[in-house]
Amino acid sequence: MIDLSRYRKDFPILNQTVKGRPLIYLDNAATAQKPLQVIGTVDQYYREYNSNVHRGLHTLSERATRAYEKAREKVARFIHAPRSEEVIFTRNTTESINLVAYTWARKFLKAGDAILLTEMEHHSNLVPWHLLREEKSIELRFIPVTPRGELDLQHLKQLLDGVRLVSVTHMSNVLGTINPVEVITEEAHAAGAKVLIDGAQAVPHMPVNVQDIDCDFYAFSGHKMCGPTGVGVLWARAEILRDMPPFLGGGEMIHEVHLNHSDYADIPNKFEAGTPNIAQAIGLGAAVDYLSRVGMENILQHEQEIGALAIEKLKSIKGLRIFGESEKRGAAISFEIEGVHPHDIATILDEQGIAIRAGHHCAQPLMRKFNVQSTARASFYFYNVPEEIDILVDALKTAKRLFGYVT
Amino acid sequence: MSLDALYQEIILEHYKNPRNFGKLDESRAKAHYENPSCGDQIDLQIVLNDDMVVEDIRFQGRGCAISQASASLMTEAVKGKPLDEVQKIIESFTSLMTGEGEITVELGDLEALEGVKKFPVRVKCAMLGWTALKSLLERETKS
Ligand SMILES: Cc1ncc(COP(=O)(O)O)c(C=O)c1O
Repeated sequence: MIDLSRYRKDFPILNQTVKGRPLIYLDNAATAQKPLQVIGTVDQYYREYNSNVHRGLHTLSERATRAYEKAREKVARFIHAPRSEEVIFTRNTTESINLVAYTWARKFLKAGDAILLTEMEHHSNLVPWHLLREEKSIELRFIPVTPRGELDLQHLKQLLDGVRLVSVTHMSNVLGTINPVEVITEEAHAAGAKVLIDGAQAVPHMPVNVQDIDCDFYAFSGHKMCGPTGVGVLWARAEILRDMPPFLGGGEMIHEVHLNHSDYADIPNKFEAGTPNIAQAIGLGAAVDYLSRVGMENILQHEQEIGALAIEKLKSIKGLRIFGESEKRGAAISFEIEGVHPHDIATILDEQGIAIRAGHHCAQPLMRKFNVQSTARASFYFYNVPEEIDILVDALKTAKRLFGYVT
Repeated sequence: MSLDALYQEIILEHYKNPRNFGKLDESRAKAHYENPSCGDQIDLQIVLNDDMVVEDIRFQGRGCAISQASASLMTEAVKGKPLDEVQKIIESFTSLMTGEGEITVELGDLEALEGVKKFPVRVKCAMLGWTALKSLLERETKS
Protein backbone atom coordinates (compact mmCIF):
# COMPACT_ATOMS: atom_id res chain seq x y z
CA MET A 1 0.00 0.00 0.00
CA ILE A 2 1.24 3.48 -0.81
CA ASP A 3 2.49 5.03 2.42
CA LEU A 4 1.37 8.60 3.03
CA SER A 5 1.65 8.38 6.81
CA ARG A 6 4.47 10.95 6.79
CA TYR A 7 1.80 13.61 6.26
CA ARG A 8 0.11 12.87 9.58
CA LYS A 9 2.54 15.14 11.39
CA ASP A 10 1.08 18.10 9.51
CA PHE A 11 -2.26 17.57 11.25
CA PRO A 12 -1.95 18.60 14.90
CA ILE A 13 -5.53 17.59 15.65
CA LEU A 14 -4.76 13.94 14.92
CA ASN A 15 -2.22 13.90 17.70
CA GLN A 16 -4.56 13.74 20.67
CA THR A 17 -6.41 11.30 22.83
CA VAL A 18 -10.19 11.06 23.07
CA LYS A 19 -11.62 9.29 26.09
CA GLY A 20 -8.12 8.20 26.94
CA ARG A 21 -7.38 6.59 23.56
CA PRO A 22 -5.54 7.91 20.53
CA LEU A 23 -8.02 9.65 18.25
CA ILE A 24 -8.96 7.69 15.16
CA TYR A 25 -10.73 10.08 12.84
CA LEU A 26 -12.91 8.27 10.32
CA ASP A 27 -15.47 10.96 9.60
CA ASN A 28 -13.66 12.54 6.68
CA ALA A 29 -16.68 12.48 4.39
CA ALA A 30 -18.32 14.92 6.81
CA THR A 31 -15.30 17.18 7.04
CA ALA A 32 -11.56 16.73 6.71
CA GLN A 33 -8.87 17.88 9.15
CA LYS A 34 -6.64 20.87 8.42
CA PRO A 35 -2.88 20.78 8.03
CA LEU A 36 -0.58 23.35 9.66
CA GLN A 37 0.00 24.86 6.22
CA VAL A 38 -3.68 25.84 5.98
CA ILE A 39 -4.00 26.90 9.61
CA GLY A 40 -0.84 28.96 9.24
CA THR A 41 -2.02 30.65 6.07
CA VAL A 42 -5.29 31.75 7.67
CA ASP A 43 -3.43 32.84 10.79
CA GLN A 44 -0.97 34.85 8.73
CA TYR A 45 -3.77 36.62 6.86
CA TYR A 46 -5.32 37.79 10.12
CA ARG A 47 -1.99 38.70 11.68
CA GLU A 48 -0.38 40.45 8.76
CA TYR A 49 -2.75 41.67 6.07
CA ASN A 50 -6.38 41.40 7.14
CA SER A 51 -8.29 43.95 5.06
CA ASN A 52 -11.10 44.08 2.57
CA VAL A 53 -10.57 43.06 -1.04
CA HIS A 54 -11.15 44.97 -4.27
CA ARG A 55 -11.82 48.20 -2.39
CA GLY A 56 -8.86 49.59 -0.57
CA LEU A 57 -6.02 51.33 -2.33
CA HIS A 58 -3.73 50.73 0.60
CA THR A 59 -0.98 48.16 0.89
CA LEU A 60 -2.83 45.66 3.05
CA SER A 61 -5.89 45.64 0.82
CA GLU A 62 -3.73 45.16 -2.24
CA ARG A 63 -2.03 42.22 -0.59
CA ALA A 64 -5.34 40.68 0.48
CA THR A 65 -6.79 41.14 -2.99
CA ARG A 66 -3.77 39.54 -4.57
CA ALA A 67 -3.91 36.56 -2.21
CA TYR A 68 -7.64 36.16 -2.72
CA GLU A 69 -7.34 36.21 -6.51
CA LYS A 70 -4.31 33.95 -6.34
CA ALA A 71 -6.42 31.41 -4.44
CA ARG A 72 -8.95 31.56 -7.26
CA GLU A 73 -6.20 30.78 -9.77
CA LYS A 74 -4.96 27.87 -7.66
CA VAL A 75 -8.42 26.38 -7.40
CA ALA A 76 -8.96 26.83 -11.15
CA ARG A 77 -5.72 25.02 -11.91
CA PHE A 78 -6.58 22.29 -9.41
CA ILE A 79 -9.76 21.33 -11.26
CA HIS A 80 -8.31 22.20 -14.68
CA ALA A 81 -10.69 25.03 -15.31
CA PRO A 82 -9.70 26.91 -18.47
CA ARG A 83 -10.16 30.35 -16.88
CA SER A 84 -9.88 31.42 -13.26
CA GLU A 85 -12.78 33.87 -13.53
CA GLU A 86 -15.00 30.81 -13.93
CA VAL A 87 -14.35 29.93 -10.30
CA ILE A 88 -16.94 31.50 -8.00
CA PHE A 89 -16.33 31.41 -4.27
CA THR A 90 -19.43 30.42 -2.31
CA ARG A 91 -19.91 29.12 1.22
CA ASN A 92 -20.08 25.43 0.34
CA THR A 93 -21.45 22.86 -2.10
CA THR A 94 -24.95 23.52 -0.89
CA GLU A 95 -24.73 27.20 -1.74
CA SER A 96 -23.13 26.44 -5.10
CA ILE A 97 -26.02 24.18 -6.11
CA ASN A 98 -28.56 26.66 -4.82
CA LEU A 99 -26.87 29.38 -6.84
CA VAL A 100 -27.47 27.40 -10.03
CA ALA A 101 -31.05 26.65 -9.03
CA TYR A 102 -31.87 30.24 -8.14
CA THR A 103 -30.21 31.91 -11.10
CA TRP A 104 -29.64 29.69 -14.12
CA ALA A 105 -32.56 27.32 -13.62
CA ARG A 106 -34.94 30.04 -12.57
CA LYS A 107 -34.16 32.02 -15.70
CA PHE A 108 -33.96 29.26 -18.26
CA LEU A 109 -36.36 26.54 -17.12
CA LYS A 110 -40.05 26.75 -17.84
CA ALA A 111 -43.10 24.75 -16.85
CA GLY A 112 -42.93 21.21 -18.19
CA ASP A 113 -39.13 21.10 -18.38
CA ALA A 114 -37.48 18.22 -16.55
CA ILE A 115 -34.44 17.93 -14.30
CA LEU A 116 -32.76 14.56 -14.02
CA LEU A 117 -31.25 13.67 -10.64
CA THR A 118 -30.34 10.30 -9.13
CA GLU A 119 -31.56 8.28 -6.18
CA MET A 120 -28.20 8.64 -4.44
CA GLU A 121 -28.15 12.42 -4.13
CA HIS A 122 -27.32 14.31 -0.95
CA HIS A 123 -30.21 16.47 0.28
CA SER A 124 -28.29 19.49 -1.00
CA ASN A 125 -28.84 18.23 -4.54
CA LEU A 126 -32.52 17.47 -3.94
CA VAL A 127 -34.06 20.20 -1.86
CA PRO A 128 -33.01 23.16 -4.10
CA TRP A 129 -34.88 21.46 -6.95
CA HIS A 130 -37.91 20.80 -4.74
CA LEU A 131 -37.93 24.52 -3.97
CA LEU A 132 -37.68 25.39 -7.65
CA ARG A 133 -40.51 23.02 -8.46
CA GLU A 134 -42.74 24.90 -6.04
CA GLU A 135 -42.19 28.00 -8.11
CA LYS A 136 -42.25 26.49 -11.61
CA SER A 137 -44.03 23.33 -12.58
CA ILE A 138 -40.91 21.46 -13.52
CA GLU A 139 -40.62 17.71 -13.42
CA LEU A 140 -37.99 15.86 -11.40
CA ARG A 141 -36.74 12.49 -12.59
CA PHE A 142 -34.29 10.10 -11.03
CA ILE A 143 -31.68 7.71 -12.33
CA PRO A 144 -32.25 4.55 -10.26
CA VAL A 145 -29.61 2.97 -8.05
CA THR A 146 -28.92 -0.75 -8.36
CA PRO A 147 -28.63 -3.07 -5.34
CA ARG A 148 -24.84 -2.88 -5.79
CA GLY A 149 -25.06 0.85 -5.29
CA GLU A 150 -24.34 1.94 -8.84
CA LEU A 151 -26.35 4.12 -11.16
CA ASP A 152 -28.53 2.13 -13.52
CA LEU A 153 -27.87 3.85 -16.83
CA GLN A 154 -29.75 1.35 -19.00
CA HIS A 155 -32.61 3.72 -19.65
CA LEU A 156 -30.64 6.92 -19.59
CA LYS A 157 -31.65 7.92 -23.13
CA GLN A 158 -35.37 7.63 -22.37
CA LEU A 159 -34.91 9.38 -19.03
CA LEU A 160 -33.24 12.30 -20.79
CA ASP A 161 -36.20 13.06 -23.01
CA GLY A 162 -37.29 16.64 -22.27
CA VAL A 163 -34.56 17.12 -19.68
CA ARG A 164 -32.87 20.55 -19.47
CA LEU A 165 -30.51 19.85 -16.59
CA VAL A 166 -28.84 16.73 -15.23
CA SER A 167 -27.50 17.10 -11.71
CA VAL A 168 -25.57 14.20 -10.27
CA THR A 169 -23.05 13.46 -7.58
CA HIS A 170 -19.53 12.57 -8.69
CA MET A 171 -18.99 10.32 -5.68
CA SER A 172 -21.67 9.11 -3.27
CA ASN A 173 -21.11 10.16 0.33
CA VAL A 174 -22.96 7.02 1.46
CA LEU A 175 -22.02 4.27 -0.98
CA GLY A 176 -18.60 5.53 -1.98
CA THR A 177 -19.53 4.90 -5.62
CA ILE A 178 -17.67 6.98 -8.20
CA ASN A 179 -20.18 7.69 -10.94
CA PRO A 180 -19.30 7.70 -14.67
CA VAL A 181 -19.90 11.41 -15.00
CA GLU A 182 -18.16 11.62 -18.38
CA VAL A 183 -20.61 9.15 -19.92
CA ILE A 184 -23.59 10.84 -18.32
CA THR A 185 -22.41 14.25 -19.50
CA GLU A 186 -21.96 13.07 -23.07
CA GLU A 187 -25.45 11.57 -23.18
CA ALA A 188 -26.94 14.60 -21.51
CA HIS A 189 -25.33 16.99 -23.97
CA ALA A 190 -26.52 14.85 -26.87
CA ALA A 191 -30.03 15.28 -25.48
CA GLY A 192 -29.55 19.05 -25.20
CA ALA A 193 -29.31 19.16 -21.41
CA LYS A 194 -26.79 20.99 -19.25
CA VAL A 195 -24.89 19.08 -16.56
CA LEU A 196 -24.15 19.99 -12.95
CA ILE A 197 -21.82 17.75 -10.95
CA ASP A 198 -21.85 17.66 -7.15
CA GLY A 199 -18.16 17.14 -6.50
CA ALA A 200 -18.24 17.48 -2.70
CA GLN A 201 -16.82 13.97 -2.24
CA ALA A 202 -14.74 13.81 -5.41
CA VAL A 203 -12.50 16.88 -5.41
CA PRO A 204 -10.94 15.99 -2.01
CA HIS A 205 -10.20 12.43 -3.03
CA MET A 206 -9.26 12.20 -6.70
CA PRO A 207 -7.93 14.23 -9.60
CA VAL A 208 -10.79 16.16 -11.18
CA ASN A 209 -10.66 17.73 -14.60
CA VAL A 210 -13.77 19.68 -15.49
CA GLN A 211 -12.71 19.94 -19.12
CA ASP A 212 -12.34 16.18 -19.48
CA ILE A 213 -15.70 15.63 -17.83
CA ASP A 214 -17.01 18.37 -20.13
CA CYS A 215 -19.74 19.31 -17.64
CA ASP A 216 -21.27 22.78 -17.40
CA PHE A 217 -21.32 23.33 -13.64
CA TYR A 218 -19.19 21.75 -10.91
CA ALA A 219 -19.74 22.32 -7.17
CA PHE A 220 -17.62 21.46 -4.13
CA SER A 221 -16.74 22.44 -0.54
CA GLY A 222 -13.41 23.62 0.86
CA HIS A 223 -13.82 22.04 4.29
CA LYS A 224 -13.86 18.48 2.97
CA MET A 225 -10.50 18.99 1.24
CA CYS A 226 -8.39 20.26 4.14
CA GLY A 227 -9.57 23.83 3.64
CA PRO A 228 -11.40 26.06 6.13
CA THR A 229 -15.14 25.89 6.66
CA GLY A 230 -17.17 28.65 5.06
CA VAL A 231 -15.74 28.48 1.56
CA GLY A 232 -16.97 26.46 -1.38
CA VAL A 233 -16.73 26.68 -5.12
CA LEU A 234 -19.00 26.83 -8.09
CA TRP A 235 -17.21 26.38 -11.38
CA ALA A 236 -19.16 27.00 -14.56
CA ARG A 237 -18.35 27.84 -18.16
CA ALA A 238 -17.80 31.55 -18.63
CA GLU A 239 -20.47 31.93 -21.30
CA ILE A 240 -23.05 30.29 -19.06
CA LEU A 241 -22.08 32.42 -16.06
CA ARG A 242 -22.38 35.56 -18.19
CA ASP A 243 -25.91 34.57 -19.20
CA MET A 244 -26.97 33.98 -15.64
CA PRO A 245 -28.58 36.69 -13.53
CA PRO A 246 -26.77 37.50 -10.26
CA PHE A 247 -27.60 35.50 -7.15
CA LEU A 248 -27.30 38.03 -4.32
CA GLY A 249 -27.23 41.78 -4.77
CA GLY A 250 -25.02 44.25 -2.97
CA GLY A 251 -21.52 45.61 -2.96
CA GLU A 252 -18.69 44.03 -4.91
CA MET A 253 -21.00 42.60 -7.60
CA ILE A 254 -21.86 45.83 -9.38
CA HIS A 255 -20.42 47.85 -12.15
CA GLU A 256 -22.43 50.99 -11.62
CA VAL A 257 -25.34 51.69 -9.31
CA HIS A 258 -28.04 54.33 -9.71
CA LEU A 259 -30.89 54.86 -7.33
CA ASN A 260 -33.25 52.74 -9.35
CA HIS A 261 -31.08 50.30 -11.20
CA SER A 262 -27.59 48.91 -11.38
CA ASP A 263 -25.27 47.34 -13.93
CA TYR A 264 -23.61 44.20 -12.79
CA ALA A 265 -19.93 43.50 -12.64
CA ASP A 266 -18.43 40.86 -14.87
CA ILE A 267 -17.72 37.36 -13.58
CA PRO A 268 -16.63 36.27 -11.07
CA ASN A 269 -17.50 39.37 -9.00
CA LYS A 270 -21.07 39.35 -10.27
CA PHE A 271 -21.67 36.28 -8.09
CA GLU A 272 -19.72 37.39 -5.04
CA ALA A 273 -21.87 40.08 -3.46
CA GLY A 274 -20.61 41.67 -0.27
CA THR A 275 -17.34 41.11 1.52
CA PRO A 276 -16.38 37.56 0.60
CA ASN A 277 -14.91 34.82 2.81
CA ILE A 278 -11.42 36.20 2.25
CA ALA A 279 -9.51 34.27 4.91
CA GLN A 280 -11.27 31.04 4.00
CA ALA A 281 -10.66 31.41 0.28
CA ILE A 282 -6.98 32.12 0.87
CA GLY A 283 -6.93 29.11 3.20
CA LEU A 284 -8.49 27.01 0.46
CA GLY A 285 -5.70 28.10 -1.84
CA ALA A 286 -3.23 26.76 0.72
CA ALA A 287 -5.20 23.51 0.95
CA VAL A 288 -5.00 23.11 -2.82
CA ASP A 289 -1.23 23.67 -2.70
CA TYR A 290 -0.96 21.11 0.07
CA LEU A 291 -3.05 18.46 -1.69
CA SER A 292 -1.11 19.03 -4.91
CA ARG A 293 2.10 18.40 -3.02
CA VAL A 294 0.73 15.12 -1.66
CA GLY A 295 -0.50 14.40 -5.17
CA MET A 296 -4.10 13.68 -6.05
CA GLU A 297 -3.10 10.49 -7.90
CA ASN A 298 -1.39 9.31 -4.71
CA ILE A 299 -4.43 10.20 -2.65
CA LEU A 300 -6.73 8.29 -4.98
CA GLN A 301 -4.46 5.26 -4.96
CA HIS A 302 -4.16 5.32 -1.17
CA GLU A 303 -7.89 5.64 -0.78
CA GLN A 304 -8.64 2.76 -3.08
CA GLU A 305 -6.13 0.58 -1.29
CA ILE A 306 -7.14 1.49 2.25
CA GLY A 307 -10.81 1.33 1.26
CA ALA A 308 -10.43 -2.16 -0.18
CA LEU A 309 -8.53 -3.33 2.89
CA ALA A 310 -11.13 -1.84 5.23
CA ILE A 311 -13.96 -3.51 3.34
CA GLU A 312 -12.18 -6.84 3.42
CA LYS A 313 -11.55 -6.63 7.16
CA LEU A 314 -15.02 -5.33 7.97
CA LYS A 315 -16.53 -8.23 6.08
CA SER A 316 -14.83 -10.62 8.50
CA ILE A 317 -17.28 -9.44 11.16
CA LYS A 318 -20.29 -11.73 11.19
CA GLY A 319 -23.58 -9.94 10.66
CA LEU A 320 -21.93 -6.88 9.14
CA ARG A 321 -23.40 -5.68 5.86
CA ILE A 322 -21.76 -3.11 3.62
CA PHE A 323 -23.84 -0.78 1.46
CA GLY A 324 -22.30 -0.12 -1.92
CA GLU A 325 -20.22 -2.65 -3.76
CA SER A 326 -19.18 -0.70 -6.79
CA GLU A 327 -15.81 -1.59 -8.28
CA LYS A 328 -15.11 2.07 -8.80
CA ARG A 329 -15.32 3.54 -5.36
CA GLY A 330 -13.70 5.76 -2.80
CA ALA A 331 -13.18 5.10 0.88
CA ALA A 332 -16.51 6.20 2.35
CA ILE A 333 -17.87 2.92 3.69
CA SER A 334 -21.40 2.55 5.02
CA PHE A 335 -22.39 -0.51 6.97
CA GLU A 336 -24.76 -1.96 9.52
CA ILE A 337 -24.36 -4.71 12.08
CA GLU A 338 -27.28 -6.97 12.72
CA GLY A 339 -28.74 -6.30 16.16
CA VAL A 340 -26.67 -3.20 16.95
CA HIS A 341 -28.15 0.09 15.81
CA PRO A 342 -25.77 2.53 14.05
CA HIS A 343 -26.19 5.14 16.80
CA ASP A 344 -25.22 2.65 19.42
CA ILE A 345 -22.23 1.68 17.30
CA ALA A 346 -21.17 5.33 17.06
CA THR A 347 -21.46 5.87 20.81
CA ILE A 348 -19.53 2.70 21.61
CA LEU A 349 -16.80 3.60 19.10
CA ASP A 350 -16.54 7.12 20.46
CA GLU A 351 -15.84 5.69 23.89
CA GLN A 352 -12.80 4.10 22.27
CA GLY A 353 -11.63 7.29 20.61
CA ILE A 354 -12.99 6.43 17.16
CA ALA A 355 -15.01 9.05 15.30
CA ILE A 356 -17.43 7.71 12.71
CA ARG A 357 -20.77 8.97 11.48
CA ALA A 358 -24.11 7.30 12.07
CA GLY A 359 -27.38 8.46 10.60
CA HIS A 360 -29.00 9.04 7.25
CA HIS A 361 -26.05 11.06 5.90
CA CYS A 362 -28.42 13.61 4.40
CA ALA A 363 -29.54 10.99 1.89
CA GLN A 364 -32.91 9.82 3.20
CA PRO A 365 -34.25 8.71 -0.20
CA LEU A 366 -31.22 6.44 -0.59
CA MET A 367 -31.76 5.05 2.92
CA ARG A 368 -35.33 4.20 1.97
CA LYS A 369 -34.10 2.54 -1.21
CA PHE A 370 -31.90 0.24 0.87
CA ASN A 371 -34.70 -0.14 3.41
CA VAL A 372 -32.70 1.17 6.35
CA GLN A 373 -33.24 4.13 8.62
CA SER A 374 -29.61 4.85 9.05
CA THR A 375 -26.17 3.36 8.60
CA ALA A 376 -22.80 3.65 10.26
CA ARG A 377 -20.13 5.15 8.03
CA ALA A 378 -16.36 5.06 8.30
CA SER A 379 -14.70 7.39 5.80
CA PHE A 380 -10.96 7.52 5.28
CA TYR A 381 -8.56 10.14 4.02
CA PHE A 382 -4.93 10.00 2.94
CA TYR A 383 -3.70 10.49 6.51
CA ASN A 384 -5.44 7.37 7.74
CA VAL A 385 -3.27 4.30 8.20
CA PRO A 386 -4.04 0.54 7.99
CA GLU A 387 -3.50 0.09 11.75
CA GLU A 388 -6.59 2.23 12.28
CA ILE A 389 -8.69 -0.34 10.43
CA ASP A 390 -7.68 -3.04 12.91
CA ILE A 391 -8.62 -0.85 15.85
CA LEU A 392 -11.95 -0.10 14.17
CA VAL A 393 -12.66 -3.78 13.61
CA ASP A 394 -11.80 -4.62 17.23
CA ALA A 395 -14.05 -1.85 18.48
CA LEU A 396 -16.92 -3.11 16.34
CA LYS A 397 -16.45 -6.55 17.81
CA THR A 398 -16.59 -4.99 21.27
CA ALA A 399 -19.90 -3.41 20.32
CA LYS A 400 -21.27 -6.77 19.25
CA ARG A 401 -20.11 -8.41 22.46
CA LEU A 402 -21.59 -5.63 24.56
CA PHE A 403 -24.91 -6.31 22.89
CA GLY A 404 -24.56 -9.97 23.72
CA TYR A 405 -23.54 -11.39 20.35
CA VAL A 406 -20.71 -13.80 19.80
CA THR A 407 -17.97 -12.45 17.57
CA MET B 1 -16.30 1.73 31.93
CA SER B 2 -19.15 4.14 31.34
CA LEU B 3 -20.35 2.07 28.37
CA ASP B 4 -21.54 -0.60 30.75
CA ALA B 5 -23.40 2.06 32.67
CA LEU B 6 -25.08 3.13 29.44
CA TYR B 7 -25.87 -0.27 28.03
CA GLN B 8 -27.08 -2.02 31.16
CA GLU B 9 -28.35 -5.52 30.74
CA ILE B 10 -31.92 -4.54 31.41
CA ILE B 11 -31.75 -1.97 28.58
CA LEU B 12 -30.37 -4.48 26.11
CA GLU B 13 -32.96 -6.99 27.22
CA HIS B 14 -35.81 -4.54 26.57
CA TYR B 15 -34.24 -3.59 23.24
CA LYS B 16 -34.24 -7.19 22.11
CA ASN B 17 -37.61 -8.08 23.66
CA PRO B 18 -39.66 -4.91 23.78
CA ARG B 19 -42.73 -5.05 26.05
CA ASN B 20 -46.16 -3.86 24.93
CA PHE B 21 -44.91 -3.86 21.37
CA GLY B 22 -47.50 -3.79 18.62
CA LYS B 23 -50.65 -2.04 17.60
CA LEU B 24 -54.00 -1.45 19.21
CA ASP B 25 -57.18 -1.07 17.26
CA GLU B 26 -56.97 1.80 14.71
CA SER B 27 -59.63 3.78 16.57
CA ARG B 28 -57.33 4.30 19.54
CA ALA B 29 -55.49 7.53 20.12
CA LYS B 30 -52.14 7.52 18.38
CA ALA B 31 -49.02 9.63 18.28
CA HIS B 32 -46.13 9.34 15.86
CA TYR B 33 -42.78 10.82 16.74
CA GLU B 34 -39.56 10.96 14.84
CA ASN B 35 -36.15 12.32 15.64
CA PRO B 36 -35.31 14.02 12.35
CA SER B 37 -31.60 14.10 13.01
CA CYS B 38 -31.27 10.33 13.29
CA GLY B 39 -34.50 8.88 11.94
CA ASP B 40 -35.54 7.03 15.09
CA GLN B 41 -39.27 6.67 15.17
CA ILE B 42 -42.04 5.63 17.46
CA ASP B 43 -45.77 5.07 17.19
CA LEU B 44 -47.58 5.11 20.48
CA GLN B 45 -51.16 4.18 21.26
CA ILE B 46 -52.95 4.47 24.56
CA VAL B 47 -56.32 3.66 26.15
CA LEU B 48 -57.48 5.77 29.08
CA ASN B 49 -60.58 4.40 30.79
CA ASP B 50 -63.36 6.43 32.39
CA ASP B 51 -61.45 6.61 35.68
CA MET B 52 -58.49 8.10 33.81
CA VAL B 53 -56.37 5.03 34.29
CA VAL B 54 -54.02 3.81 31.55
CA GLU B 55 -55.81 0.65 30.66
CA ASP B 56 -53.60 -0.27 27.74
CA ILE B 57 -50.56 1.09 25.93
CA ARG B 58 -48.66 -0.15 22.90
CA PHE B 59 -45.75 1.10 20.87
CA GLN B 60 -44.02 0.30 17.64
CA GLY B 61 -40.75 1.78 16.61
CA ARG B 62 -37.41 1.58 14.91
CA GLY B 63 -34.25 2.97 16.32
CA CYS B 64 -31.35 2.62 18.65
CA ALA B 65 -31.24 0.56 21.82
CA ILE B 66 -31.71 3.63 24.01
CA SER B 67 -34.83 4.94 22.27
CA GLN B 68 -36.51 1.57 21.97
CA ALA B 69 -35.65 0.28 25.45
CA SER B 70 -36.73 3.56 27.00
CA ALA B 71 -40.10 3.31 25.25
CA SER B 72 -40.51 -0.29 26.30
CA LEU B 73 -39.67 0.49 29.94
CA MET B 74 -41.99 3.46 29.81
CA THR B 75 -44.97 1.35 28.76
CA GLU B 76 -44.36 -0.98 31.68
CA ALA B 77 -44.04 1.89 34.10
CA VAL B 78 -47.29 3.62 33.16
CA LYS B 79 -49.59 0.72 32.35
CA GLY B 80 -52.37 0.40 34.94
CA LYS B 81 -51.47 3.73 36.55
CA PRO B 82 -53.87 6.65 37.05
CA LEU B 83 -53.24 9.75 35.02
CA ASP B 84 -51.91 11.91 37.86
CA GLU B 85 -49.34 9.30 38.72
CA VAL B 86 -48.36 8.93 35.06
CA GLN B 87 -47.71 12.66 34.95
CA LYS B 88 -45.41 12.32 37.97
CA ILE B 89 -43.55 9.47 36.31
CA ILE B 90 -43.05 11.56 33.16
CA GLU B 91 -41.76 14.51 35.19
CA SER B 92 -39.52 12.35 37.32
CA PHE B 93 -38.04 10.54 34.33
CA THR B 94 -37.42 13.86 32.59
CA SER B 95 -35.59 15.00 35.71
CA LEU B 96 -33.53 11.83 35.70
CA MET B 97 -32.43 12.57 32.14
CA THR B 98 -31.82 16.28 32.45
CA GLY B 99 -30.67 16.51 36.04
CA GLU B 100 -33.17 19.34 36.51
CA GLY B 101 -36.33 19.26 38.61
CA GLU B 102 -37.29 16.65 41.15
CA ILE B 103 -37.79 12.94 41.17
CA THR B 104 -41.02 12.48 43.10
CA VAL B 105 -41.78 8.81 42.42
CA GLU B 106 -39.98 5.49 42.49
CA LEU B 107 -38.68 4.96 38.97
CA GLY B 108 -37.76 1.32 39.42
CA ASP B 109 -36.32 -0.25 36.25
CA LEU B 110 -36.29 3.12 34.55
CA GLU B 111 -33.33 4.05 36.69
CA ALA B 112 -31.26 1.81 34.44
CA LEU B 113 -31.41 4.66 31.94
CA GLU B 114 -29.66 7.08 34.28
CA GLY B 115 -26.35 6.45 32.50
CA VAL B 116 -27.72 8.20 29.39
CA LYS B 117 -27.36 11.51 31.23
CA LYS B 118 -23.60 11.32 30.67
CA PHE B 119 -24.13 11.13 26.91
CA PRO B 120 -25.92 14.41 26.14
CA VAL B 121 -26.44 13.60 22.46
CA ARG B 122 -28.30 10.46 23.45
CA VAL B 123 -30.77 12.06 25.88
CA LYS B 124 -33.01 12.85 22.91
CA CYS B 125 -33.07 9.13 22.08
CA ALA B 126 -34.18 8.25 25.59
CA MET B 127 -36.88 10.93 25.53
CA LEU B 128 -38.44 9.97 22.18
CA GLY B 129 -41.20 7.73 23.56
CA TRP B 130 -41.83 10.07 26.45
CA THR B 131 -42.35 13.03 24.16
CA ALA B 132 -44.92 10.98 22.27
CA LEU B 133 -46.64 10.01 25.53
CA LYS B 134 -46.79 13.59 26.75
CA SER B 135 -48.40 14.88 23.60
CA LEU B 136 -50.81 11.97 23.47
CA LEU B 137 -51.97 12.59 27.03
CA GLU B 138 -52.37 16.30 26.39
CA ARG B 139 -54.62 15.53 23.45
CA GLU B 140 -56.58 12.85 25.29
CA THR B 141 -57.25 14.89 28.39
CA LYS B 142 -58.41 17.85 26.36
CA SER B 143 -61.04 15.87 24.50
C1 LIG C 1 -22.17 14.38 -1.93
C2 LIG C 1 -22.35 15.60 -1.10
N1 LIG C 1 -22.97 16.67 -1.62
C3 LIG C 1 -23.13 17.79 -0.93
C4 LIG C 1 -22.69 17.92 0.36
C5 LIG C 1 -22.93 19.20 1.08
O1 LIG C 1 -21.77 19.83 1.42
P1 LIG C 1 -21.79 21.15 2.31
O2 LIG C 1 -22.50 20.77 3.57
O3 LIG C 1 -20.38 21.48 2.52
O4 LIG C 1 -22.55 22.18 1.55
C6 LIG C 1 -22.03 16.86 0.94
C7 LIG C 1 -21.54 16.96 2.33
O5 LIG C 1 -21.95 16.37 3.25
C8 LIG C 1 -21.86 15.67 0.21
O6 LIG C 1 -21.25 14.61 0.74
